[in-house]
Amino acid sequence: MRDATEVLLGFARLLRHAGVDASPERVQTFLEATDEVDVTVPQEVYWAGRLTLCGEPDDLPTYDRAFAAYFGEDPPEHAGRTRPSTPRTTYLLQADGEQAEGEETGSEQVTTASSTEVLRHRDVTQLSAAERAELRRLLTLVWPIAPTRVSRRLRRAHRGQVDVARTVRRMLRTGGEVAVLAHRTQGRKPRRLVLLVDVSGSMRPYADALLRFAHAAVRRRPASTEVFTVGTRLTRVSHELQLRDPDQALAASAEAIPDWSGGTRLGEALKAFLDRWGQRGTARQAIVVVFSDGWERGDATLLGEQMGRLSRLARRVIWVNPHKGRVGFAPLTAGMVAALPHVDEFVAGHSLAALEELVEAIRQR
Amino acid sequence: MTESPKAESPKELTAALADTGYLADEGLATAAWLAYRLRRPLFLEGDAGVGKTSLAEAVATVLGAHLTRLQCYEGLDASQALYDWDFPRQLLHVRAIEAAASVSGEQVDADELEASLYDRKFLIARPLLQAIERAPSVLLVDEVDRADDEFEAFLLEVLSESAISVPELGRIEAAHPPVVVLTSNRTREVHDALKRRCLYHWVEHPSYEREVAILRARLPDVTERLAEQVAQATRRLRELELVKPPGVAEAIDWAGALHALGARELHPDLAAVTLGAVLKYREDGDRVKEYSLGALIGVPE
Repeated sequence: MRDATEVLLGFARLLRHAGVDASPERVQTFLEATDEVDVTVPQEVYWAGRLTLCGEPDDLPTYDRAFAAYFGEDPPEHAGRTRPSTPRTTYLLQADGEQAEGEETGSEQVTTASSTEVLRHRDVTQLSAAERAELRRLLTLVWPIAPTRVSRRLRRAHRGQVDVARTVRRMLRTGGEVAVLAHRTQGRKPRRLVLLVDVSGSMRPYADALLRFAHAAVRRRPASTEVFTVGTRLTRVSHELQLRDPDQALAASAEAIPDWSGGTRLGEALKAFLDRWGQRGTARQAIVVVFSDGWERGDATLLGEQMGRLSRLARRVIWVNPHKGRVGFAPLTAGMVAALPHVDEFVAGHSLAALEELVEAIRQR
Repeated sequence: MTESPKAESPKELTAALADTGYLADEGLATAAWLAYRLRRPLFLEGDAGVGKTSLAEAVATVLGAHLTRLQCYEGLDASQALYDWDFPRQLLHVRAIEAAASVSGEQVDADELEASLYDRKFLIARPLLQAIERAPSVLLVDEVDRADDEFEAFLLEVLSESAISVPELGRIEAAHPPVVVLTSNRTREVHDALKRRCLYHWVEHPSYEREVAILRARLPDVTERLAEQVAQATRRLRELELVKPPGVAEAIDWAGALHALGARELHPDLAAVTLGAVLKYREDGDRVKEYSLGALIGVPE
């Protein structure tokens, strides 16, 4: 018979291995909680652990499995609308025929002004390895930031409403003599920027450049930028893209994205975004950028409906379609036709120059 | 806090909550009980209308404690959440003393005057300070995800110390740490440091039996048949992938509306005219009408 604490600690260890953030502090609370419940009743141990060791809905299915495996007891019946955990697959982001590492050559420098100019207008899928490296370097220099909005918080100013508290404080200092009036006015905050990047098969050639663009945006304004990839399912990669180094950030998000190059179910992914994030506040009064060619498998009605919802929530919706830069392009795919009525701006994003135009579009008030 | 005789175990707390009209399931009752016993803040997440906020109200009733509510919003700052000095009153105080001195011809001691300005009576207590000064109390920090990072930082300080430091006055400590309930709708990821201090619970929609019981407890005059039908229909609505799935609050509103119309049971015509109590989006109403109201409430149209 092992000592109870050891058994409980073993369980916490198992959870950590399963990917739940059961930090020492949480484990300590877990032990305190088991002192308060009847440890001979499996249900009570279940709740004591779940309440103290888990930190978000995604932890719950993992916890249930770990509990069943470790204690050999089924979790108590609760109406589990728990989400299935997503299988993780790892891909390295690279275009075909390119080595991932160690191929960086210093000999093929593409840095003359004229060649940079040519590079800026070339479609990102038509570049040689050296040009691609140069493009990646240039992409770290773009500044996609959303315009500011009026914030609720007031700050000191030279005019505006009288700041009674500060004025009186000044007067207190001078024993109540009427001093200079202090003013305050409304401050400004960056508006939220939401990027939805389509990583399905037809968008694959552009995914690397677009995610690097997204990385630049997250690095500029980490607190007010959200990035999601849409393909067959929706994945939030804002957190992964916060890493300073673009290559590391991309590798981390590649690991998080389970549906590279699958088919597109854009309407469904968009609905998932709006239900889980957008409606609750992420898209409200935000600048939302959708990177997609609108290649929707099946019926585009859902996509149209969801784009309508999005346009009613967001401040502005910008649609970026890399094919728009091609000669003779017309937005004829069913998805594009359904989406365009709800889009404020429709731009191309096939080259560095086009992405710079997009930066301008994002910055507009 | 004094040991409440009503909550010796999760089961007793469940019973005590039920007496106030709040029917908690095992998980939620255990969560509330541990929060009370371990003095840990309870962090509740879940869909809108599953009863996160009303739990705090019910717990306050059970403990006979005062409920202090802090509704979060973007830009909420320390002077609105912790405390603020009542400057105009301080100024009047200075003037009054000066006036009195000039009449009596006494000298006013500047240091003494300044010290008298920063007295507790000139401090305006905002919700967090109120919760700490009043014992026993339950502090509800509602929709913490709507506040910003700066707010989380000083909330963390208050929660871990159960005390507030006012530079001019010193530390104000809670005689008994308040029971703290935080709610979030996940519009933003709340900082890990804050979550780690808390017990975490994801609140589900109630089971069918529980929902019927909640309706009966909240609306004693509603017929059992009507309560069952409303609970059943609400469950079906939650499966329809609506923009805004109805919560318990909506089910209670709906049953109340039907009861006000004198209904003893639900039928499609009644459902059609009262859908506005449960569905808050036009698209949802359209979707349900496509699906057929008869199927929704389980009677042929």
